[in-house]
Amino acid sequence: MNKVRSKSEKAGDLIFVLICVIVSLLCLIPMINLLARSLSSTDALIKREVYLWPKGLNFDAYSMVLTDMKYVRAFFWTVFLTIVCTLVSLTMTALCAYPLIFEKLRGRGAINIFITITMFFNAGTIPNYLLMKSLNFLNNPLVLIIPSCMSVYNMIIMRSFFYGIPESLRESAEIDGASYFKILTRIYLPLSKPVFATLALFYAVGRWNGYADALMYINKEIFYPLQLFLYNILNNMNSVEIATQEGFSSPGLQESVKAAVVMFSTIPILCIYPWLQKYFIHGVTMGAVKE
Amino acid sequence: MKKSKKKVPAAANKQSFGVYLKRYWQLYALLALPLLYLLVFKYIPMIYIQIAFKKYSIVQSVWEMPLAANHGFEYFIKAFNNKDFLNSLRNTLVLNLLDLVIGFPIPIIFALILNELVFKRFKRVVQTIAYMPHFLSWVIIYGLALQIFAPSTGFVNLILNSLGFETVPFLNDPSHWRWTYIFLGVWQSFGWNSIVYLAAIAGINSELYEAASVDGAGRFKKMWHITLPGIKSTIVVLLVMNLGNILGSGFDRPFALQNNLVMNVAEVLSTFIYKYGIKSLQFSMTTAVGLFQSLICVIFLLLANWFSRKLGERGIW
Repeated sequence: MNKVRSKSEKAGDLIFVLICVIVSLLCLIPMINLLARSLSSTDALIKREVYLWPKGLNFDAYSMVLTDMKYVRAFFWTVFLTIVCTLVSLTMTALCAYPLIFEKLRGRGAINIFITITMFFNAGTIPNYLLMKSLNFLNNPLVLIIPSCMSVYNMIIMRSFFYGIPESLRESAEIDGASYFKILTRIYLPLSKPVFATLALFYAVGRWNGYADALMYINKEIFYPLQLFLYNILNNMNSVEIATQEGFSSPGLQESVKAAVVMFSTIPILCIYPWLQKYFIHGVTMGAVKE
Repeated sequence: MKKSKKKVPAAANKQSFGVYLKRYWQLYALLALPLLYLLVFKYIPMIYIQIAFKKYSIVQSVWEMPLAANHGFEYFIKAFNNKDFLNSLRNTLVLNLLDLVIGFPIPIIFALILNELVFKRFKRVVQTIAYMPHFLSWVIIYGLALQIFAPSTGFVNLILNSLGFETVPFLNDPSHWRWTYIFLGVWQSFGWNSIVYLAAIAGINSELYEAASVDGAGRFKKMWHITLPGIKSTIVVLLVMNLGNILGSGFDRPFALQNNLVMNVAEVLSTFIYKYGIKSLQFSMTTAVGLFQSLICVIFLLLANWFSRKLGERGIW
């Protein structure tokens, strides 16, 4: 490894580094541009002076967003939804994954088939809609939590993590007379923090970013999750309070307010995911490598 | 993973189910809720698939509805005579094919490049940045695109204009929209999709590289003769899954990115079903469309899997 690298190898290294720098810039520029626009003055935007650095720095757009009660409400409603969904989903996933690692569970093969089929065949949008209708889930906030409370794909990731925990641990606990429920809470859960961190991230991101279910099943604005709310703002379909305020009709301000709203809706996730990187990489790989 | 059944004591098979249950009921109790969930939310909706073959009525139960005309295939015929459906079928196919041709190789190339980086810390930073777009919702990406591609004040058009090019209507013109859609898809997923390939590369025996170096193989020779063959089976598995989904269509991405000016290239099956089904209440026809789509997906998956096994790869099962 410590060999001296030849000249041509060094040139190659440089080219690869350059490519990576360009790729990273491509990923970052839209965000930087958004930030710059949200902090720029209306004048500068209309005069086409804003590139990657704010011109005429001001926080008007942010103060407008933060004082818009509807937006703040949607934001905290989505935070609440995301926390509840993540907890419910993690519980369901663990409940499903744990019993399936026991070889002696009778009917395990049949249960596995029952679960796997749902990965390959989905009844479709309309049958799902009719089910929600018959369950009285339309316009009910539960529809944002329960129908998506477990992903079979994530369950498989958790199960393969459980498989990695030495069998001898649970066997000795069984001999000591521990109940299966106790084995789950005392042995498996404490040892499974990495996979719980990964799946918590997946579920939380899924709920935070999801809007299709709300679009289809809910038409009361107070239950709209942030993304649907945002979609309506971006398409000017929203009776946002900001819209009635003076000045919103000026196109420049409208743009910077939109930029601020998008920025705000992104920040929570951008703050969390880098810290979980080493976990989720493991999770993704585990899902892809079967057996 | 599958251990031999020898581990179960022979007596276990002779135990009556009652005794067995007395010992293991907790495991079944834990499973009850998840299985109930799958039954209610994944299997029961399948009952409603039959309305594809029936005349939908709001007052009758699914079982009582009368069979549709033409031996029940009325709504399939209707769909295939519907211009909007044919259009969205074509768009789904075109967009997915472009996604496959352009979007599939890029994560592989990116993984190969990352693997060549010498400075580990730099590599980690690049990875973190490249994974970022995956965590953004499609609404947010649409918001980003609206800002950066805005015709008059957007960053990209400002640059293009200052270089002397005309303003490009990235999101409002059908022919440009298609490429914007593909570009945003690649942008969102290339980093994330490269994770699997990086893991596969990490699993390649490093002695192979050392032996090749001794034989005087250069960087690209090693990539071509060791790395690529080493991740071939991963590539095939993912290709099979992608081909299986050639007529599939997510909802979030097309719906967030489409607008009225580009609908003739942007309408795909999932958004067609939403608009005709949930918005216009044509339940029978849209269920028929959904069923058609699911069946094609399953058939394509089986075909792709069969083909990859024919070529000597292991396929996905």
